[in-house]
Amino acid sequence: MDVLERIHQQVTENPVVLYMKGTPSIPQCGFSSRAAEALKACGQEFTYVNVLADPEIFENLPRYADWPTFPQLYINGELIGGCDITLELYQRGELKKMVSDAVAGA
Amino acid sequence: MSVQSTIEEKLANNIQALHLEVVNESNNHNVPPGSESHFKVVLVSNAFEGQSLIARHRAINKLLEDELKNHIHALALHTYTEAEWRDRHGSAPMSPPCRGGAKLS
Repeated sequence: MDVLERIHQQVTENPVVLYMKGTPSIPQCGFSSRAAEALKACGQEFTYVNVLADPEIFENLPRYADWPTFPQLYINGELIGGCDITLELYQRGELKKMVSDAVAGA
Repeated sequence: MSVQSTIEEKLANNIQALHLEVVNESNNHNVPPGSESHFKVVLVSNAFEGQSLIARHRAINKLLEDELKNHIHALALHTYTEAEWRDRHGSAPMSPPCRGGAKLS
């Protein structure tokens, strides 16, 4: 399967997907770590993809939604943003609702 | 011209800013001294009024496309309208500490 199709499948078959460097328990980038912490604090299960363990995704994810950096958060197949946006939405109290609604609708 | 000056100039020339701060945070990361790889941008502009966060970030990423492709490893973006900036009492979040991932990528 083409890598862009694989990414499309990941983000559409899972309500909440975080592409990150490392894993939520052993993050390998401060920005990925913070985004994962904010998602964990939302109290719902989420899917993550360790881009350091999947070179094809690491290389191609930036062109999937035209977003140059990691981490990247997708909810219901739509790019929400990177670390700064994830944190800002969490601090505004919006992220928890977005995540809960997506998980409930899945 | 340094990467930092280029970022400052491109943003200042393209977005009407009330406050623009470009900080080289490379020293906090696993890169040689003097590197220009990790930056934080704080930009306050009323041009952001009515724009979603993702639209603001996309606009900046587009302006800095070449730098992101060739020089910048990490770019923290904090974008506010004048009212949002006032609500935050004129302060932007701190960037996170390094976890070493740059070395692996």
